[in-house]
Amino acid sequence: MPLDDQTPGQKPGEARQFKVVGTRPLRPDGIDKVTGRARFGADMSAPGMLIGRVLRSPHAHARIRSIDASKAEALEGVKAVVTRADFGAGDDDVADILDNCMAGEKALYDGHAVAAVAATSAAIARKALKLIDVDYETLPHVVDVDAAMKPDAPVLHEGLSDETVPDGVSQNVVHRVEFGHGDVEAGFAKADKVLERSFKTAATHQGYIEPHACLATMGTDGIADLWVCTQGHYMVRNTCAAILGIDQGKLRVTASEIGGGFGGKTTVFLEPVALALSRKANRPVKMTMTREEVLRATGPTSSTSIDVKIGMNKDGKITAASADLRYQGGAYQGSPADMGSMTAFAPYDLENVKTVGWDVVTNRPKAAAYRAPGAPMAAFAVESVVDELAKGFGLDPLDVRLKNAAREGTKSSYGPTFPAIGLEATLQAAKDHPHWKAPLGPNQGRGVACGFWFNFGGDTCVSLNITPDGTVTLSEGNPDIGGSRASMSMMAAEELGIPYDQVRTVIADTGALGQNEVTDGSRVTFAVGLATIKAARNAKKVLCERAAMVWGIDPEAVEWADGCARPAGDNAGKFPPMSLKEIAAIASNTGGPVAGHFEVNAEGAGVSFATHMVDTEVDPETGAVKVVRYTVFQDAGKAVHPAYVEGQFQGGAVQGIGWALNEEYIYGEDGRLQNPGFLDYRIPVASDLPMIDTVILEIPNPGHPYGVRGVGETSIVPPLAAIANSVSEAAGVRMTDLPMSPPKVLAAIQNG
Amino acid sequence: MVRIWGSLTSATDGQADVEIEATTLKELLDGLSEKYPAIRPQLQRGVSVSIDGKIYNDSWFQPIKPDSEVVLLRRIVGG
Amino acid sequence: MSQIHVTTKINGDTTEYLCDPEETLLDVLRDRLALTGAKEGCGTGDCGACSVTVDGRLVCSCLTLGAEADGCEIDTIEGMADGEKLHPLQQKFLEHAALQCGICTPGILVAAKSLLEKNPSPTEEEARYWLAGNLCRCTGYDKIIRAVMDAAEEMRRAS
Repeated sequence: MPLDDQTPGQKPGEARQFKVVGTRPLRPDGIDKVTGRARFGADMSAPGMLIGRVLRSPHAHARIRSIDASKAEALEGVKAVVTRADFGAGDDDVADILDNCMAGEKALYDGHAVAAVAATSAAIARKALKLIDVDYETLPHVVDVDAAMKPDAPVLHEGLSDETVPDGVSQNVVHRVEFGHGDVEAGFAKADKVLERSFKTAATHQGYIEPHACLATMGTDGIADLWVCTQGHYMVRNTCAAILGIDQGKLRVTASEIGGGFGGKTTVFLEPVALALSRKANRPVKMTMTREEVLRATGPTSSTSIDVKIGMNKDGKITAASADLRYQGGAYQGSPADMGSMTAFAPYDLENVKTVGWDVVTNRPKAAAYRAPGAPMAAFAVESVVDELAKGFGLDPLDVRLKNAAREGTKSSYGPTFPAIGLEATLQAAKDHPHWKAPLGPNQGRGVACGFWFNFGGDTCVSLNITPDGTVTLSEGNPDIGGSRASMSMMAAEELGIPYDQVRTVIADTGALGQNEVTDGSRVTFAVGLATIKAARNAKKVLCERAAMVWGIDPEAVEWADGCARPAGDNAGKFPPMSLKEIAAIASNTGGPVAGHFEVNAEGAGVSFATHMVDTEVDPETGAVKVVRYTVFQDAGKAVHPAYVEGQFQGGAVQGIGWALNEEYIYGEDGRLQNPGFLDYRIPVASDLPMIDTVILEIPNPGHPYGVRGVGETSIVPPLAAIANSVSEAAGVRMTDLPMSPPKVLAAIQNG
Repeated sequence: MVRIWGSLTSATDGQADVEIEATTLKELLDGLSEKYPAIRPQLQRGVSVSIDGKIYNDSWFQPIKPDSEVVLLRRIVGG
Repeated sequence: MSQIHVTTKINGDTTEYLCDPEETLLDVLRDRLALTGAKEGCGTGDCGACSVTVDGRLVCSCLTLGAEADGCEIDTIEGMADGEKLHPLQQKFLEHAALQCGICTPGILVAAKSLLEKNPSPTEEEARYWLAGNLCRCTGYDKIIRAVMDAAEEMRRAS
């Protein structure tokens, strides 16, 4: 629906003066979280609760000939066993999700669920799993994206390729996509230099510290309740209902506090299984994953293989650019190769550009979204080549980026013409920052890189209720993943003209509000914030009407300012302002409780850009890389709670550092994951890192009443490239294979 | 006038810019589907549409002005 | 399989429980005593989300058996605040926005408290190495380290 973007009373182009937005109040869930009483997914129990556990395939690829659970079912304390036979066919829309939650004809990766039990204790459930006989016929497997594309590769699914896939490649290629404009060959012909490089990135996991967990209760009448850690409990409801063949309205899902998600909790894994076990046992069933299960069976991101070719003139102008991006998305279609293809060259104003993306399936866990899905790997490849060309001509890499930067009016590489965007502002801020001029020590290098992400909006509901004493409760439907309740309370307080501590925001269950899109796409502060502001405006309208009744004047003659209803002008009559508390106290006398609500599909989110700058030091004897200084420059539109915006910038940068330097899925010849634990899958720790400096730029988003842009995802796009550029400079050799772990860096140095 | 991405041009006789009479997003998608049946599988898989630089996923009745820039995109996802 | 009777002091209160011989202290705390502040992030001692102290020593409760706690004094995140008064570390974590999702926060607070008891004036590097056993995926540690350093300074001033 169209949204009136302007704040009432605000002239176009005039910067709004905020009272609450832009300050740094304490978060409303803070005390719960520092005292240990906040309840996360695994912290809930129910009377008579059973414990559910999953049996997982030890094979990378195997046909399931039969499953015999009779011995497990006979074990004392076992109350239910489910396999795929306990699920119906399900909708086509959820066929892959169901098959990922519980394997059908084939186990498609090491860790694929094949059966589950519910028992009176975890120990009995574990014992029962060992009593289930699965007869597997092992099949050849493939885990590498390039290998999986070859015509003779083992095929996961027959007939999956769609009409876009050319002949001569494996059926593992699901989809091919192409973007761009102009004539790249003509552009390359005009360049002073054309550079072509190939890159690889390993699969990494979102690495949230809280494993998946849920508590399901389902009766034979189909009425069910689910407590779950998720980025979207409405998505969980709809997906589970489709898988189990029940009505969405009968399944109430409550979101627990969520211990990190980063995209990995935007789908379901245990939830339909827990509900099926609960239905069969007619008891509540709690399920939690171990870390090993999280790594083996939940969504890592794609591993990729990317070729980039760029032509540049001596003055730094890019004449043409192309990329071929091959992303494996695990055992099912849907790798973010398309997003990589759209974002790869988005920071640049290019006359001739072409990207081709390939979605490929392999015998790995189904890739889930990970923070700006698909973009960081593409940016790594593109920004590395831009950097090498710039340095080859002896040019300043920031100047080269500024020279080619996308700006308002640029026809983007993925099609649309950009409106006002903040890329140049981040580049200029980087150039002006002391970090850019600071001296480097021995074996150190400095890298910069840009990144782009779309952001989106989606279905959103907010209900704002005014209590009899005039305080405000705000219900929204998006799990708070990084402090969003604070931001919502701030925006409601700003709009109503009342103090921040007069608003309490809660995450409502699926019974309380209409449909809400998942907490993803950096959408919450933008879309839920927008709905919050609109809900508050609706409440203000009612508040003004009530004051008008008391004063006996026309409601149109009343306006809301600084937390009070006031006569709009001298003609309206002279009445002392009525505060929110005063109107709330007489709500019952003037028509009933006062509330405002707003439901919207919040479309039209603004895009976002960032530039990162990093200094690294390479140990020439071991190949170990130390990050010594890091600065993030990103456009936030308007930072509602700057501390949490900084936190998003810092967190994204550090996840990128892990991706660039350490993290990788390592598979053996047998196709089994060799490092399913935090010891061997090493995410950054405090001693690996310096402080992460941040510069927040505020180029207002015209599609939001306060100018807010999503900030959560863009911050992971530039770091892989920025770090690679820095390490390449420090090591004196171009690094094209992530992660840049010590053995790889050492080998690169030694091989020159 | 709607701009479509490269690999879809096989469905539009190689045209990257195609002419569809439409005043709303729904009219645009219906018009595309009618004029270029080969594009239907992609429309069914889901698309996003950029109208004057803003991205829309679902809103059928989002107005399209005669001079609007309209670009068909792969459906945007997020993490 | 017979269970083991254990007598401990948890956050200053004498507590008795029965546990299985192979049951971890973390499972005892969470499943038998409803002290769910300590979290299981990995179960292998790599993430530190389950940090508690046993007789003043910082441990991963997922690597400690419930039976080992017999006769010991255990301190958990639930005992960190003094009634309504937050510990300075807890207060500084709020002020510095040193948590996003908050799942690692109990473990990091317990570990940081243990650090400041041993070393009231840690350097930034000492704080980073002490907390290297506590994984946080949201924050990049910047605000956590600032909160710990700020709390240390305030506690030094107060003592």
